[in-house]
Amino acid sequence: MLEDQDRIFTNLYGMHDRTLKGARARGHWDGTAGIIQKGRDWIIQAMKDSGLRGRGGAGFPTGLKWSFMPKESDGRPAYLVINADESEPATCKDREIMRHDPHTMIEGALIASFAMNAHTSYIYIRGEYIREREALQAAIDEAYDAGLLGKNAAGSGWDFDLFLHHGAGAYICGEETALLESLEGKKGMPRMKPPFPAGAGLYGCPTTVNNVESIAVVPTILRRGPEWFSSFGRPNNVGTKLFAITGHVNTPCVFEEAMSMPVRELIDKHGGGVRGGWDNLKALIPGGASCPVLPRDALEGAIMDFDWMRENKSSFGTGCMIVMDQNTDVIKAIWRLAKFFKHESCGQCTPCREGTGWMMRVMDRLVTGEAEVEEIDMLLDVTKQIEGHTICALGDAAAWPIQGLIRHFRDEIEDRIKYKKTGRVSAVAAE
Amino acid sequence: MLRRLHHTQPDAFTFTPANLAWAQGQITKYPEGRQASAVIPLLWRAQEQEGWISRPALESVADMLSMDYIRVLEVASFYFMFQLQPVGSVAHIQVCGTTSCMICGAEDLMAVCQQKIAAKPHDLSVDGRFSWEEVECLGSCSNAPMAQIGKDYYEDLTAKRFGEILDELAAGRVPIPGPQNGRYAAEPVKGLTSLTEYDSGRTQYNASVQAAVDIGDTIKRIDGTEVPLVMPWLNGRKKAAATPVKAKTTKPKQPKATKPTKPKATVTAKVSPADGQPAGLSAARDSGADDLKMIKGVGPKLENLLNSMGYFHFDQIADWRANDVAWVDENLKGFKGRVSRDNWVDQARSLARGEETAFSKKAAKDGIYDK
Repeated sequence: MLEDQDRIFTNLYGMHDRTLKGARARGHWDGTAGIIQKGRDWIIQAMKDSGLRGRGGAGFPTGLKWSFMPKESDGRPAYLVINADESEPATCKDREIMRHDPHTMIEGALIASFAMNAHTSYIYIRGEYIREREALQAAIDEAYDAGLLGKNAAGSGWDFDLFLHHGAGAYICGEETALLESLEGKKGMPRMKPPFPAGAGLYGCPTTVNNVESIAVVPTILRRGPEWFSSFGRPNNVGTKLFAITGHVNTPCVFEEAMSMPVRELIDKHGGGVRGGWDNLKALIPGGASCPVLPRDALEGAIMDFDWMRENKSSFGTGCMIVMDQNTDVIKAIWRLAKFFKHESCGQCTPCREGTGWMMRVMDRLVTGEAEVEEIDMLLDVTKQIEGHTICALGDAAAWPIQGLIRHFRDEIEDRIKYKKTGRVSAVAAE
Repeated sequence: MLRRLHHTQPDAFTFTPANLAWAQGQITKYPEGRQASAVIPLLWRAQEQEGWISRPALESVADMLSMDYIRVLEVASFYFMFQLQPVGSVAHIQVCGTTSCMICGAEDLMAVCQQKIAAKPHDLSVDGRFSWEEVECLGSCSNAPMAQIGKDYYEDLTAKRFGEILDELAAGRVPIPGPQNGRYAAEPVKGLTSLTEYDSGRTQYNASVQAAVDIGDTIKRIDGTEVPLVMPWLNGRKKAAATPVKAKTTKPKQPKATKPTKPKATVTAKVSPADGQPAGLSAARDSGADDLKMIKGVGPKLENLLNSMGYFHFDQIADWRANDVAWVDENLKGFKGRVSRDNWVDQARSLARGEETAFSKKAAKDGIYDK
């Protein structure tokens, strides 16, 4: 269990002074210039040593990502773009950073930008977070006033501008290249890779896109040392992390905890337990909509980290879970995700544009039971044809929840179809 | 998803002076020649000002950014937060319906909307004051179920509390946003399980709610004067500090040359207004009453009714704000909701400027009201 003194986001709930003065009192912006003076290579090496993996869902090592940026400029500017388009269903962690502990991210933006030779950084926040945008902009203004941003930012000798930009309600803009398109004033349609953003990103210039949390933890890691950060969690899954518990628990919440904690312990300690007790748990989606659902049986001894979830055919994602109790219609819950992906498909690639709608319409029938049993396999087959055949991962993300549902709840789907046909309930569904 | 512009469009769009200053400031965030980047923020401010994105608004933003109209239309129709049709004059309610909220009762919230507002999403309520829609995940999942109303999130809702919130809005009050179950932000409702060692007492509200309470613009149509304009990236604040003052003195667009006698200040004989009624006159000014029938949706009967309520001139109607429209909508006996349904205010603005609308041209030409 993580101690409070090892928590990075000490004002996560915004209960304390949210201004720059308060942030300084909690230890932020301490010795920032000193960190920058240690140089680019030192910072990137420390980030690699810390073992931080990107907190936006894919888990790509942050230090490694930074090292892809060109060491010498060829005349083009470099950009850091911070992905604050938090739109993955169930994910509500970055919001707390931006409205309540914004200086962690602003300081991180300065250090990270210096490390990748960028004088300018854009934060792309989702359009619906209007008050969060106001809170974050107020913090940025404060930082400018105090000389922490702008010319010779924080006395480091590095000129740095940080701009807040917003979207207007498109999930796809959380995908890094769609985000860059949107930031250039276009429709958010993902780009083919390569070229990767580190070669040609925003305005055709070298760009790195990082999640809010990945950037916000940087200053504390560099101040306390990479070995401090990597002392939490299992190897390859280290650090502290913001989690959220949503759905059928007694006290849904957002909190910071060490990586690699048992799922049950997280739910019991912070979520106040599953409504009606652990035995009343039916299923859990571990890290946002695109992660395959896991039934209770699979969750005995489950560890909340990248590797455990991958080994058990799910995914750690953003670490923000959906808990469903026995009263939940799990088929309908996944149908709602299918509807989500249909709504949010940008329409660029045919398999995704047509396939997400197709999957949703079959799911419509599985929810009511007005389907044939063979359709289950047909649906599974369609998910395989979408997966891996699109420019970005939205196609995959739409396919996985349905695959997870069929993998673990095929009985329930079949029973519903049979019940609709015969009016009889089999023993399995008699709950 | 296919989305089109609305079939009925206003004739013109102009940013208020303060919004214009704000918009020009936004463009300076992006490198030279990349001003197209500002398209989403500018469109959004246009929507905040008018409630929805009309074709003139879209074209005006395109002109400011030197973009082709089709490129701006692509953006406006791609991003779902842009409303391409008029929304409720008081508020547009967005209920999150994605899985976390769904399993916590979002469907009950939508039933409340269907009962209190309209059966179908995006339809206006009978009085034209409210509209609603189901939206995809709003990112407040540990506070499910929730809804966004105007700029703010109302979280931890129950169907009962949500119904009360809608009733309060209908009565002209704005309930305090944020968690509705006594929670502060996203902490466990039964007490902190972490960060207890850092307790320093708390401010009254979390950051989102504090901003809503301080500025008080939850469902307001934004004209840019709500908060001072600051642009610290432009090297110091000299320029920025001057702007809000300027914005305050130059009140939103009014006819300049066309109507030299600006009469609104001389409401000498004000009809004793009912509670919340926009100011009226006891009689038409000396220049004679305007032909209100030139507003599409106003016939002889409505014109008489309006005259009896103290409204004789286009500029009177052009000055109505959202709450005025709501009041008149509610109190037009036999014609409830017509003001917003037929968009009188925009029409009246054009007519007050001495311009013609498509309808007034036709009405004058065909003489449809001549005896």
